[in-house]
This record gives sequence, structure tokens and C-alpha cells, in this order.
Amino acid sequence: MESNVFQLQYAMDTFYFLVCGALVMWMAAGFAMLEAGMVRAKNTTEILTKNIALFAIASIMYLICGYQLMYGGGWFLSGIAGGESLVADALASSAEEGFEGGAVYSKASDFFFQVVFVATAMSIVSGAVAERMKLWAFLAFAVVMTGLIYPMSGNWTWGGGDVFGLYNLGEIGFVDFAGSGIVHMAGAAAALAGVLVLGARKGKYGPNGEVHPITGANMPLATLGTFILWMGWFGFNGGSVLKLGDMASANAVAMVFLNTNAAAAGGVVAALVTARLLFGKADLTMTLNGALAGLVAITAGPDTPTPLMASIIGAVGGVIVVFSIIGLDKLRIDDPVGAISVHGVVGIWGLLAVPLTNGDASFGAQIAGAITIFVWVFSMSLIVWFALKVIMGIRVSEEDEYNGVDISECGLEAYPEFTNSTK
Amino acid sequence: MKLVTAIIKPFKLDDVREALSDIGVQGITVTEVKGFGRQKGHTELYRGAEYVVDFLPKVKLDVAVDSELLEQVIEAISKSANTGKIGDGKIFVSSLEQAIRIRTGETGSEAL
Repeated sequence: MESNVFQLQYAMDTFYFLVCGALVMWMAAGFAMLEAGMVRAKNTTEILTKNIALFAIASIMYLICGYQLMYGGGWFLSGIAGGESLVADALASSAEEGFEGGAVYSKASDFFFQVVFVATAMSIVSGAVAERMKLWAFLAFAVVMTGLIYPMSGNWTWGGGDVFGLYNLGEIGFVDFAGSGIVHMAGAAAALAGVLVLGARKGKYGPNGEVHPITGANMPLATLGTFILWMGWFGFNGGSVLKLGDMASANAVAMVFLNTNAAAAGGVVAALVTARLLFGKADLTMTLNGALAGLVAITAGPDTPTPLMASIIGAVGGVIVVFSIIGLDKLRIDDPVGAISVHGVVGIWGLLAVPLTNGDASFGAQIAGAITIFVWVFSMSLIVWFALKVIMGIRVSEEDEYNGVDISECGLEAYPEFTNSTK
Repeated sequence: MKLVTAIIKPFKLDDVREALSDIGVQGITVTEVKGFGRQKGHTELYRGAEYVVDFLPKVKLDVAVDSELLEQVIEAISKSANTGKIGDGKIFVSSLEQAIRIRTGETGSEAL
């Protein structure tokens, strides 16, 4: 009888993991739509190509070596299918953990849940470098990012490994529940390095420091993308509880869902009001960034705050993101979708907000973790971007940029009837 | 025959169409256009940075009419498209050499 209960619990937790993984996979659609809406029509096909290709590259690279580097899951996932003793081993682990102990679930489901996070980190990069990067240089970067850079910093955090044998972030008390820092800030650090090597879009900044906005082509798509990301985030944070199959875990999952939603709502309202006070009108794209900022802010600790506190953490993220976007423009760091602000700057806020409600975390450890991840991802990315620049060039020609990378990189306009090639 | 070309505010299109129907105009051609006159453009903000909308959306009407109807047409458009605010548009009149109805081959005023 006990064995049957453990089998059911195993099945439920595995199923929960897989469904949450599928929700996170759907975030790739969210990023694709958000980015397609925020670029000009002449760069739509290319950004969609980038989004679907990077997801596939992440899936393959994490399978080949990423999962091994991060969790020791075996090169090429060798052994993940398990031998004949798979069921017996799982039952033994379940008996050891007990009904309310740590989650025991299929190894394959663990890989599936982890791999979609890698793709999320990589998706963050694509929006920031949009409209002027060479497609193949970007995809080459994706190989290194998802096969090496992300798995290494992932190993030092969720993987529990020492940072080059020097220190252990888990031991000093670094807490990042679902990845404000490990996933989102890591993606933003790679994006920042890319933007610095790449430069701003032509025409974005004037010679005397003027900022010339380049408006996005499709607000319905940008909004749909944000809603898709918001929905997918329930899998991102909810799945990171890792277990559903007992009452305490079910309650924790419900709380994480609730707090995730509350933070996103806080981010929306805060960004909407902040932009209204600063600019005089309701600014949709800032509001969309506010939703994502709220979500990123709560991701490091959706399990411990009260719902009100979660809303406040999200709202602070929503205010930060507006000022961060304006600030980056002042620094002439051109990020068409606001990815560096949403995922990077607010990701750091998310990490720092954890000790406010979680006694196990400390500001010192959170800062140490943030610096470790940032320095590793940023410096490695910088090296890779520079190497790609030397080897193949990372920026399209001025003429191709003017005509749109849809034609130069993909040979296909997204909206052939309506595309205005002179704009 | 005269060709009356009027640039008007888009939201006034229905009023102008009704006014022209009332005086017996049998057909008009409408085009969505963009341009500027004394109204110039206006500035907006996108993600905190200012940009200028140089060309404002307008509607262009082309109305071919018999010369006798010209004054009435001008008056109908002037009245119905008038808001009293800047940007109401303009009316241009040019002479029209010939008109042919494709289906019947009628020409001149008969074809209008």
C-alpha cells in the first residue's frame, strides 16, 4: 500500500514538473511576440527566426553538455533513461524521504524543466540586440551561452558546486528561488555585453546626446507576448517549488502562484503611474515592462512574502524599470525592448528583496551571488562577443540595417503588403 | 466640369459625404493621406524620449462635378468640414477636361 502511495506521489510530482516545464516553454512564444511587437516591421522575420532557433539551440546544447556541467546529469544525458532498477530506486528514495520529504520525480522531467530555463535566459539576449545584429553571430553566441556560460553559473548556484573551488554560494546563504539572478540577470548580463560590443541602432542617439525613439511596430503583439510571459511565469515560479504531492507542498505552490500574480499586478500599476507622472500619458510599453519587472522581482523569493508584500516587491520593480530604461538611454545603451532593465536591474532588486521576508537569506550573500553571476556571465560574454566580432563580424552593414534585417538576413518581409522600406 | 480636391479631418468624412449627397453629388473618391500645413506636427513620448509626428493623418476627397454645381459643392464641404480649429484642411479646384463612364461610354457632364 505504501509503495502505491509513493508511486502515485512520484507520478503526480513528475506530472506537475512536466506541465510547469511546458508552461515555461510557452514563455518562448511570449518573448517572440513581445520582441516582434517592439521592433520595426522591417526586422520582424529576423527576430522571430532568432527566437525559434535559439530555443532549439538551447535545447540541444543543454542536452549535449549543459546539464552535465550544471547538475552532473551526464554528457548527452547518458543514463537519464535509467536501468531496470529505475522504479525500485525511486521507491527506495521515496521511502527514505518520506511522504512529506523532498520531491522524488523522474530524472527526465527534471532535465525538461531545467532546459526551458536555459532557453529563457537566452531569449532575454535576443531582444536587446535586435534590429542590427547578424543572425548567425547571435546563434553562435547562443551555442556558447547555453552550452557553457549559463550551465557554469547554474552549477555554482542551483547545482551546489564551488565557484572554481574557492567558495560556495549555497553555504554562505545565497537564495534565488526560481532565478531572478541565475536566469534573468544572467541573461541581461550577456545582453549588456552584447549591446556594448554591438553599439546602438543607427539614428537612436543624436550627436549632442539627444535620444530619438524608434517606435515598435505592433503593440497588440507586444501586449500578447507580455500576457503569455505572465502566464508562463506560473510554471517558472510554481514549478520551482519542485513538489506538489503533499498538503504542505500544495499550499506552497498555491502561495507561489498567488504571489507571482500579485507581484506582476504591482509592477503594472507602479510602472503605469510612474510613466504617467513622468511623461503625462499612459505609456503602454513601459506598462508591459512593468508587468515583467514585477515578475522578475518576485522570482528570487515568491515563497516567503505575504501577498501584500509580493505586490510591493513587484511595484518597486515596476518603478525601477521605468527609471532604468530612461537611465540606460542617457548612457546610450540601446536596448529596443528594455531587456537589460527588466531582467538585469530588476533581477538584482529581486535578489536583494529576498532577505526582507526570508530569514535564511542575507544581504551579504545575495550581493555576493549577484556579483559572482554578473562578473562570470558578463566577462565571458564580452570575450565571446569580441571573438565573434573578429571572426565573422556581429553587426550588419549600414545599408542592410536601413533596409531591415528581414531582407538581408532572411530574404522575407513579415508583412509584404504593408512594409514601408523607406522608414 | 471641375475637379474638387478637398483635404479634411478624418472624423469629418461622414458629415462631408452627407452634405455632398444632399446637394446631389453622385460620387466621391476617398483616399487616406498624411501631410502637414500650418498645423504642423505634434510631439509625443515613446519610452520617455520625445519624438515629432511630422505628418498628420487626413482624408482626401476627389469630387468631379458640373461647373454649375461648383459653388454649392465648395460651400457644402466648407461648412460640413469646419471645426474652427487649426488643421481643418483645404479645398483645391481645377478644371476637368473630360469624363467618361466606362460602362456606357457617356462623356462630359452625363458621365458624372
